[in-house]
Amino acid sequence: MGRKSVDDALRERTVMTNIYLVGAAATPVAEHFGRSLADLASEAVRGAFAAVPRLAPSHVGALFVANALGDRLAGQGQLGAYLGAAVGLRGVPAARVEAAGASGGVAIQQAAYAIAAGAVEVAVVLGAEKVTDQLDGALEAALALAMDAEAEALHGLTLTAQWAMLMRRYMHEHGYAADAFAPFPVNAHANAARNPQALYRFAISADKYRKAGQIASPLNMLDCSSVADGAACLILASERVARELAQPAVPLVRLAGTAVATDVPALGARPDPLDLVAARASAQIALGRAHLGLGDVHVLELSDPHGIAAALALEAIGYYGRGEAPRHAADGAIAPSGRTPIATAGGYKARGDLAGASGVYQLVELLRQLRGEAGATQVAGAKVALAQSLGGVGSTAATCVLVAES
Amino acid sequence: MMKPNRPVGLIGYGVYIPRYRIAAREIARVWTDGQGGVPVESKSVAGPDEDTITLAIEAARNAVARAGLAPERLGAVWVGSESHPYSVKPSGTIVAEALGATPWVSAADWEFACKAGSEALTAAMGLVGSGMQEYALAIGADTAQGRPGDALEYTASSGAAALIVGPAEEALATIEATVSYVSDTPDFFRRADRPYPVHGNRFTGEPAYFHQIQAAGAALLEGLGRAPGDFTYAVFHQPNAKFPQVAAKRLGFSDAQIAPGMLSPTIGNTYSGAALAGLCATLDVAQPGDTIFMASYGSGAGSDAYALTVTERLLERRARAPLTAAYLRRAVFVDYAIYAKWRGKLLLG
Repeated sequence: MGRKSVDDALRERTVMTNIYLVGAAATPVAEHFGRSLADLASEAVRGAFAAVPRLAPSHVGALFVANALGDRLAGQGQLGAYLGAAVGLRGVPAARVEAAGASGGVAIQQAAYAIAAGAVEVAVVLGAEKVTDQLDGALEAALALAMDAEAEALHGLTLTAQWAMLMRRYMHEHGYAADAFAPFPVNAHANAARNPQALYRFAISADKYRKAGQIASPLNMLDCSSVADGAACLILASERVARELAQPAVPLVRLAGTAVATDVPALGARPDPLDLVAARASAQIALGRAHLGLGDVHVLELSDPHGIAAALALEAIGYYGRGEAPRHAADGAIAPSGRTPIATAGGYKARGDLAGASGVYQLVELLRQLRGEAGATQVAGAKVALAQSLGGVGSTAATCVLVAES
Repeated sequence: MMKPNRPVGLIGYGVYIPRYRIAAREIARVWTDGQGGVPVESKSVAGPDEDTITLAIEAARNAVARAGLAPERLGAVWVGSESHPYSVKPSGTIVAEALGATPWVSAADWEFACKAGSEALTAAMGLVGSGMQEYALAIGADTAQGRPGDALEYTASSGAAALIVGPAEEALATIEATVSYVSDTPDFFRRADRPYPVHGNRFTGEPAYFHQIQAAGAALLEGLGRAPGDFTYAVFHQPNAKFPQVAAKRLGFSDAQIAPGMLSPTIGNTYSGAALAGLCATLDVAQPGDTIFMASYGSGAGSDAYALTVTERLLERRARAPLTAAYLRRAVFVDYAIYAKWRGKLLLG
């Protein structure tokens, strides 16, 4: 009897029992000058539990805190223990998950794994960032932690400058002017104008985009997200607990697949910097685990601090060929009524960039969409949703696929 | 709300603005390749032989001239500034000496970021309002500095305004009441050993400037039982062109009410002098019976709000000294190199 190879064993593995998203809440995204990280986190967690009346903090088996900047900006380590105690989950096993902008998506996967492993029945994912207590220089330094320190950050590079260089290269390769990226922030702002929790609740026009001052050429002021304060909370549960908690007329939403993929952080070490390979791998694996294809997805949340980021993600995931995303965006493909709706709550650009908490905010929005609670930006008939959060310029990519059960 | 025991008012006022200007777009040319937005059109720049004390003296001489007062009758010479030339040695004594107000006079310096001048004004109201003195001179003067390339560099400017408080029956404008509102809000500060201040980015807006001014302004209006529409004019501290417009709108004042006192678009933020100079510019055009609302702001933070009523005496005293408009007109623009040299931004070996 021959032994199986390790490769064979890996191919045969089965992944994931059924995991459900049973509750979610988030604070408004804002410059919460008067509020602390713990204060924001408490509001989000209280909100999530309030939405699931029969669930108590004592039912929680694990807490995963998604946060990218807390040690640098708040001087606070051990965010699992610290925020756990602050939000009423004292004593619960807890840890912080850090993967820069992908912290939220990775934390959700960790929570899913804990439930899938049978270790816990209920897990809480808390995404929280507090950035406005520090001056710009400190914030820039904290955000730069996502890059390769020796090869990039030490020399003064910023994530915004990296995206700007990618945008310049994209314009060169595909023959676009910078204006071609206007549809992304225009869509984000149009949707945020109808989201009372968004940072920028006003619409912008393509004309205004054209006239905006440069931040990191060719990225202008209206094509750059603002990092802001906020906290979001998700409660994940096993199928058994989820069915027990089910409320009439509220569809159960299943976390049908998650996947994290990584790439080398240093842009210069990538053979083709315009190809976000981790974004592609993460989306393909997550959809594969959910037994779904690209065409099954009705609504998406992407890392979209800039139009170029959304364009590259849409192309990496496979919706559009290389160089095609801006054209489709201009034709309305990313609007709530389009083929690939994104940023229905405003996206990073207009809802606000929550750094490590972004991935959690994404699922709060998608849960609203799948429950048909998204109001003016509701995607009609949304049953399947995909969220992808990126750390750095796609060096970590975390994808979650959600399915509403009828 | 604070009211003096005996009614007080301004018996003289004077402003001084250095003739030199630098265009904000010239600063942007150096630091942002001309790409960044600018918060004002230009700002006033003190000349190579000017400092806070000389600016204060110029403004005070104009105030004394309007008051028609022998300088030795001044009971106090108080100078508010965040750019006193000496850390230890009062500006007040030098100004008092230059005016001819010494030796029997109280002289001192005040510091409260941009509202040091209005703190001196409130104290002057107390000194005269209590009957301890007949006349007190309150000055706000600054040659403010912003770190090269910093957002503050576009607005931190030079200028001074001087107000002489005396009995209401001699006043060109009476001051009915004042309100002072402060909280420990570290939106902007400069440590004693540092050349340039630090500011809290957007924190300087909502929790700082807007909150303090709205709190002080609303309390004064409520205390007096008056509405914004009851005032002919309004003046606000003006760190840039936009903030005073927003503060005015939120409290219910119109653009027309603040127009005469809006100096920041062309001279920038004269710090301790800003609100007081805006008041002086408003007095330059006001008529007897007109009412003026003023709210200062100082980082750290706080706001003083005042309600004034113009009397007949303004008409005879106004022309005794140069109007603010005259100082605005004589602008001489310099480039960044000259500005950097004069303002001590070049390190010489």
